[in-house]
Amino acid sequence: MQKFDEMLAQLPQDGAVQFQVQSMGGMSQLQVQGVREHYRTYAQWLSRQPQEMMRSRREEAEVIFRRVGITFAVYGAKDEDGAGTERLIPFDLIPRIIPAAEWRQLEQGLVQRVTALNRFIHDVYHDQAIVKAGLVPESQITRNAQFRREMMGVNVPNNIYSHIAGVDIVRAPDANGDGCYYVLEDNLRVPSGVSYMLEDRKMMMRLFPDLFSAYQVAPVMHYPDLLLETLRASAPSTTDDPTVVVLTPGMYNSAYFEHAFLAQQMGVELVEGQDLFVRDNFVYMRTTRGPRRVDVIYRRVDDDFLDPQAFRPTSTLGCAGLLKVYQAGNVTLCNAIGTGVADDKSIYPYVPKMIEFYLGEKPILCNVPTYSCRNPEDLKYVLANLKELVLKEVHGAGGYGMLVGPAASAQEIEEFRQVLLARPEGYIAQPTLSLSSCPTYVEQGIAPRHIDLRPFVLSGKDVQMVPGGLTRVALKEGSLVVNSSQGGGTKDTWILEV
Amino acid sequence: MLSRTADHLFWMARYTERAENTARMLDVNYQTSLLPQSAAVSKVGWQGMLSISELMPAYQAKHGEVEPQRVMQFMVKDESNPSSILSCLRAARENARAVRGSLTTEAWETQNQTWLELNRMLRAGDFERDPAQFFEWVKFRSHLSRGVTVGTMLMDEALQFMRLGTFLERSDNTARLVDVKFHAVQSDFFGAASEKDQEYDFYHWSAILRSVSGFEIYRKVYRDVIRPERVADLLILRADMPRSLHASLNEVVQNLSMVANDQSAETQRRAGKLRAELQYGDIDEILATGLHAFLTQFLDRVNDLGARISRDFLIPA
Repeated sequence: MQKFDEMLAQLPQDGAVQFQVQSMGGMSQLQVQGVREHYRTYAQWLSRQPQEMMRSRREEAEVIFRRVGITFAVYGAKDEDGAGTERLIPFDLIPRIIPAAEWRQLEQGLVQRVTALNRFIHDVYHDQAIVKAGLVPESQITRNAQFRREMMGVNVPNNIYSHIAGVDIVRAPDANGDGCYYVLEDNLRVPSGVSYMLEDRKMMMRLFPDLFSAYQVAPVMHYPDLLLETLRASAPSTTDDPTVVVLTPGMYNSAYFEHAFLAQQMGVELVEGQDLFVRDNFVYMRTTRGPRRVDVIYRRVDDDFLDPQAFRPTSTLGCAGLLKVYQAGNVTLCNAIGTGVADDKSIYPYVPKMIEFYLGEKPILCNVPTYSCRNPEDLKYVLANLKELVLKEVHGAGGYGMLVGPAASAQEIEEFRQVLLARPEGYIAQPTLSLSSCPTYVEQGIAPRHIDLRPFVLSGKDVQMVPGGLTRVALKEGSLVVNSSQGGGTKDTWILEV
Repeated sequence: MLSRTADHLFWMARYTERAENTARMLDVNYQTSLLPQSAAVSKVGWQGMLSISELMPAYQAKHGEVEPQRVMQFMVKDESNPSSILSCLRAARENARAVRGSLTTEAWETQNQTWLELNRMLRAGDFERDPAQFFEWVKFRSHLSRGVTVGTMLMDEALQFMRLGTFLERSDNTARLVDVKFHAVQSDFFGAASEKDQEYDFYHWSAILRSVSGFEIYRKVYRDVIRPERVADLLILRADMPRSLHASLNEVVQNLSMVANDQSAETQRRAGKLRAELQYGDIDEILATGLHAFLTQFLDRVNDLGARISRDFLIPA
């Protein structure tokens, strides 16, 4: 597989891609002229930093993250403090830098893509024009496990369904070997990670203030402001001054820190299902001064758990009767119920067509060529090329249930072949992209590790985003899986202003 | 604010205060155990420590005989003891974590830091190495936690429910302390027969005062030798003694009036009545009718207030 790095125009081809540890003078041997232009200042700066200083900065970062409590919960595990279940997501000191021009294009592509996806979801739950036009098979929609019949004919404010979308993007060489941004996945349900984007920036500015005078990094800290604006703009017409809340499954949820953080930054209540109740077709929360009406719920609870009367009856995380209030238009859920119909991996191949169909535009961002194993011809090709492909579960998430062909043993491939044959409709396959890498601190020093990028796109009255996103990094050598549950870490993401 | 949020804040404050008072009690027992005294006298102190928190049965089931080292371990780091300092600080931190968004960053980080630091210290054996310093640390973390909330938080309900928790807990803890410590010397309550007893008395009463940071205050207020009825007066009736029942009830009444809602009138009335009895109380009268009986009914009424606050504000039907 071709090596493709964010910082270095050319990685050494001999496989010994580890940079020299003794001095980042190792970097000067790797030739600062081999460094891509927007990284040049950084590379020079890094080569001047004593290793000892960088190590103490790493330790400092860890202490601060612990104190601030920026942790995620791991079920069933206990750490040495007996507090259980709280882990840090590894934070890497070397930023991922994106030049202004690349970001401009990315931003346009994201606005375009998310706009089309929202149009698609609206269409799915109304006229299904795209089905009538023969572009998406009806079975892809109505037989999708994420399709919510309850949403048929329901109108939502601004016709927006996915108010907060997290689009996973990777950079990889195109046919000419030039860098190109590919969308890997659209997360339209309850994407998380934005708090790490913000905390990573805060940490970098604290640890390396001088770097921020050397680079004009576009600020991201106003994200909670944009989010609140988006949520308020999505309120039902029943109110001029909407009450917004964040709904969390509670403090044992892996993303609890983020829920609490966003509620605090927006200055709204963080509620749990038990705090809400329905009366006279409105939703209320229990306060110390009696019931108070709730207009917009930024819910971080999955569809299935939102309303025990409508969905999973055993759920204690939701609010009984919520769906009826929602259908009546008396409360807004962000994101809407049923957005999953547009973000699973079997619908992904249709997104470029959606963009053309709804917007009459050419897609700006690339889609990774995708084989749907439900399709017999595709399946045949996939079975013949397992060794070259990445296989993913249609409804999978978190990097589980995958096969990375080039990295798998012959036995693993054979085992997966049986799994695939038993249920081909559950899988898609894609060629193995050579995801870009970025220099990253590892035990032995600095080495290239694969990264992706998740920008957060907000849709209210307008579609907007802060310049940046969460960069996740696969800390295991050669690994393409960046998920935090699989040992991934994060990096600060710098969008340059010039 | 959300009832559940208020509930967590209320309990966060209560557990922090409880940890502090436990540390105070342990510290005083530990300090006095360093004085020359009979084993029997020392044992009375440690027994008192356990009975204050109604933990004697739980302790005996686990360790049998009352023995200073074991009592300290039990009260500091035994996870199965819900009143141990470790358990209280864990509960305080868990409550804080559940509503971290309602706390200022400083207030949350103080709670979290206390927890992380506590675990580090216990692992490193800091408590066994120097118990007095460990207790001092617990007290100061509680001071810090209280100070950082008052110093950084908006003066709204969030703060008021925390204050309510702090002072309700403090009135309970001080009442228990007075009850147990006076009970211990019931037999020779007023005036000691021999010189030896007099000396013992001095250390007994000054230990109580020190445990509530009241020794210097006593001297300042009474300008006299330490006498038990004045110790009782100071800890029960003085409104200017920050850890007294009267001062605590003043805060309870005041914060209650600020969070009042349309179903809390009866709770306010009861709190106000209890406060008024302290305000117009007389120590000789209380002692004449029996201190233990007085404190027992006081604890019942504080308990009732706690239950009513829960029902009116924190866990409404």
